[in-house]
Amino acid sequence: MRIFASLKIARRALLRNKMRSLLTMLGIIIGVGAVIGSVSLTSGATKQVEDQVSSLGESVITVFSGNFTSGGMRGGWGSAPTLTLEDTKAIQGLPYVVAISPEVRDREQVLANGLNWNTQVMGESPDYPQIRNWDMASGSMFSDQDVRSLAKSAVIGKTVADELFPNENPVGETIRIRNLPFQIVGLLAAKGFNLFGQDQDDIVIVPYSSHMHRITSRTFVNSIQVQAANDKVINLVQQEITDVLLARHKSKEQDFTVRSQLELMQTVTATSRAMGFLLAGVAAVSLVVGGIGIMNIMLVSVTERTREIGIRMAVGARAADILVQFLIEAVTLSAIGGCIGIAGGVGFSTIVAYLKDMPTVTPVAWIIIAFVSSAIIGIISGFYPAWKASKLDPIDALHYE
Amino acid sequence: MQTNPVIKLAEIHKVYHTGEVDVHAVRGISLDIFPGEFVAIMGSSGSGKSTLMNMIGALDRPSGGNYLLDGIDVSTLDRDALADVRNEKIGFVFQGFNLLSRTTALENVEMPMLYNRHRIQSHEQQERAMHALDLVGLSQRADHHPNQLSGGQQQRVAIARALVNKPSLLLADEPTGNLDSQTSIEIMGVFQKLNDQGITIVMVTHELDVARFTKRMVILRDGRIVTDEVVQNRSIAENELQRLRQEQQAVKLAS
Repeated sequence: MRIFASLKIARRALLRNKMRSLLTMLGIIIGVGAVIGSVSLTSGATKQVEDQVSSLGESVITVFSGNFTSGGMRGGWGSAPTLTLEDTKAIQGLPYVVAISPEVRDREQVLANGLNWNTQVMGESPDYPQIRNWDMASGSMFSDQDVRSLAKSAVIGKTVADELFPNENPVGETIRIRNLPFQIVGLLAAKGFNLFGQDQDDIVIVPYSSHMHRITSRTFVNSIQVQAANDKVINLVQQEITDVLLARHKSKEQDFTVRSQLELMQTVTATSRAMGFLLAGVAAVSLVVGGIGIMNIMLVSVTERTREIGIRMAVGARAADILVQFLIEAVTLSAIGGCIGIAGGVGFSTIVAYLKDMPTVTPVAWIIIAFVSSAIIGIISGFYPAWKASKLDPIDALHYE
Repeated sequence: MQTNPVIKLAEIHKVYHTGEVDVHAVRGISLDIFPGEFVAIMGSSGSGKSTLMNMIGALDRPSGGNYLLDGIDVSTLDRDALADVRNEKIGFVFQGFNLLSRTTALENVEMPMLYNRHRIQSHEQQERAMHALDLVGLSQRADHHPNQLSGGQQQRVAIARALVNKPSLLLADEPTGNLDSQTSIEIMGVFQKLNDQGITIVMVTHELDVARFTKRMVILRDGRIVTDEVVQNRSIAENELQRLRQEQQAVKLAS
């Protein structure tokens, strides 16, 4: 096979009909562009969601206490007093558990600076910022010593700081919770809204022991945040927690729920992935239409160039040479169209990203898929016309009008 | 003659099975053509000369008989082998020139080399194509497209294309059919010059004037050879051109 010569011939043939070549490519350009564009946008959206979920913390498992049911009234998750600090200690001893924080929640009116603000007051352990992957803007987290001594120390979020201490650094100041003065030891970095639209910065965090003894006088915790060593062991740790708690609670029914961030992430991203597949599917249809366009033009081209095929055969082209020539023309059209389409798709998604302030990600795998599939479409749609051309009889072809 | 014939046809038959009636286009032709010959194959339409031409040109296979081209038995070859024979042994010149449009003269001449069994380097292709154009006196027009060339010039390009693979045989099918009388004589002059350099030429024509430029005339009728003779009073292109010019001057057609 004289591929090099065939390439040269195909190049000349395509350049002879620039406008037609361009219009033929358009189908593939639009198809590939649509695939790359939609994949980039939905990957970007997926990544945004993933980033938000991972801002809740990496490899995090949350243990909620069970439903509280009394006289037909059912409370929500975390309402039943089933999780205790002893449960927390038991979980802490499990392998692959790197950080743990028992959590108690309460809404309180907090006062400072002559201002007041209703906010979420959380009791946590010093591990909490690590679990939530949360940096301090200034100051530092309270210590284990503060937990042991039921210290009146607090760390506040950005929103609370803005409301109670406008234009000043709150670290070192005092806020009053249920009339008890808590000293602010740290200010958390701004984290923004979470997936569910809650302001994560509207928060005051105190040692869980202080919360349980000084603010709410509770003996149970609402939930337990656990950080596993990595995502691979997360299922194992989840199982161990379940086993340990079942054994400790000696109950037939599971009176708690164990959820991992991974599950949440999968649920949320499943939607955008499904959307992405839908878009890519629609785009793939237009790619097929583009392929049919190429087949159509190649068939026309074969008929139009019957005489040329006759001449080539007369001067010694074999059937295979003619086949390869037309095949290469079709593949060149679709491959170049694919490349332009990839560039167009990336360009389009970049513009959308810029205008709509949405992140876009173009996965390299999809670029390869788009290029390869456009080449394959070229081969498929080019084969029939090329085969038809190669089967022509040289004498008939030479006398074709 | 001691040399082997370029073309050796022995009892060639060709039958077309079209519809209900079989058409017996060629009915037993035997013909030897030796190197350096310049043969005109003549006949009215339906005489079988086109069919014979296609078989000599390895575009078609005979239904019966043997055909040796340069010692190769062409009658038994398959499609691909026939293509190779056409590429290496035969140069075609057609009535309608059959150049590729929107392709320069040089690229047209290069085309047969693209199909050579052995790859020829790009620069060598160009050199050989330029040399072939030089032989027909058109090297100045190498980068012109066919639509920028006159009919005579287009036919010269076609001849250059036929010569570029150094074939054993130049096969011309009504090469002057689309040309005026003066250009026809010029083209015949090109053929005579090439023949003088030792190139074997077989030409199909129905014009006696044109056939007179050759050395040997083979006349067909109903698929058989009826006359095979040496041309008497052979026309020489230069003389004919001069005569034509004098006649044109007489009627003030040319200055």
